[in-house]
Amino acid sequence: MNPFSYVRAVDSADALRQRAGHAAAYLGGGTNLVDLMRETVARPEKLVDVTGLSSAITQSDDGGLLIGAAARNTALAEHRVVRTRYPMLARAILAGASGQIRNMATVGGNLLQRTRCAYFYDTDGSHCNKRRPASGCDALEGFNRNHAILGASPACVATHPSDMCVALAALDATVHVEGKGGARTLPFIDLHRLPGDHPDIDTTLEQGELITAIALPPLTFASRSNYRKVRDRSSYAFALISVAAALKIEGGHISDARIALGGVAHKPWRAFKAEAALQGHEATEPVFRAAAMAELADAQSLSRNGFKIELATRTLIATLADLAGGAS
Amino acid sequence: MPLIINGSPAPVPHDPRVSLLDLLRESLHLPGTKKGCDQGACGACTVLVDGERILSCLALAVQYEGREITTVEGLAGENGLHPMQEAFIVHDGFQCGYCTPGQICSAIGMAAEVRRGVPSHVSADLTADVALTREELQERMSGNLCRCGAHNGIIDAIRDVLETRETAV
Repeated sequence: MNPFSYVRAVDSADALRQRAGHAAAYLGGGTNLVDLMRETVARPEKLVDVTGLSSAITQSDDGGLLIGAAARNTALAEHRVVRTRYPMLARAILAGASGQIRNMATVGGNLLQRTRCAYFYDTDGSHCNKRRPASGCDALEGFNRNHAILGASPACVATHPSDMCVALAALDATVHVEGKGGARTLPFIDLHRLPGDHPDIDTTLEQGELITAIALPPLTFASRSNYRKVRDRSSYAFALISVAAALKIEGGHISDARIALGGVAHKPWRAFKAEAALQGHEATEPVFRAAAMAELADAQSLSRNGFKIELATRTLIATLADLAGGAS
Repeated sequence: MPLIINGSPAPVPHDPRVSLLDLLRESLHLPGTKKGCDQGACGACTVLVDGERILSCLALAVQYEGREITTVEGLAGENGLHPMQEAFIVHDGFQCGYCTPGQICSAIGMAAEVRRGVPSHVSADLTADVALTREELQERMSGNLCRCGAHNGIIDAIRDVLETRETAV
């Protein structure tokens, strides 16, 4: 780990000021950043601790929820409103990491965690365009069983590791950020980017911008939602495939849907094609299958992850069928 | 402001690179907390911070200024071992013992989560009281690995404490 200085920000303005002009990084719970620093993947010269900023989870005037970026993952998963009105979000958080890590990790930090691609971590022996631009990608022909099937590029086939972010992508969340240009909001699905020619850049945030909060819209039908995760062991493992889904079913027909996939791409993958294929149709298995096929139509496998396309298709169908099975 | 370790103040390290785990073991000579993987994968370094379980290997000590840290050395009281420690002995919840301090601290932190109703990945109902099934306890303890394979005894010990010794915890 390289030497660095440490400062604790008292508010967002202080955080921005402390961060400016330095090869600095914001520090949340440290569950990913400290590990990356120990592996010398990340080498910030200064850490600005933002865990003292707002961690409040409050209901907003429009009936939605405003989540301070410093809220711990456990605090969000156990919040009464999240459990009852956004169950896919509670389930996604609880499907990730371990109890100890969820107690440490902040919501803002969860959004900004880096891929767990082994070549990204292997500073001594592997080529990685995300870690060192234009150095090559050893995953393309290597151990790519866990890697992307959608939206990848010849430069990078890594996946975004978060479970929580899959639910936030499905829920139409909004991200509140502050930077030297002031405060702004952006749709959650625009926060992360596809790799293209610049896999070293994970998000659309400007240099030094700070995530201060996440806002959830009311989205009342999300009370019927779920998160389903498929992984190599039953707990404490990253997703091979995951699905966050909410269905609004009226008179046996689907009147609205929100779906996102995890483990498939460089970013949490909002499944707009599947949603469109469901709209107005009966909540039946053939319709779910058609929706899944529509979403995965452009999927491309690598040498070792061909199974993921079928796994994603089946997991999506099963998740929708479970939700419809609870229809009244 | 110092950190409070098992009730005693300890100065914040000058070097911010020092993890809470290394502070405990190397500076304060509290070797009960174990370094297993040092990357957040095994749970051997689990300690309690203000009653919540965390991984001390991924915690920069400087972030925990003013917080109350409890390690396995701080669990026993004047009347002897903590009930969770006793239960691990009664139920053979260990073999080599290396993961045990982390398992015990994790179990105590987990018990507090159960008491305040935090659901888990395997909870069928996100809003109901937590049912103390084996499956629930296994899921909640999945962040603590035991290479000897003492997991059955570990779960037995935790169940015993939660079901019969609950008031003593």
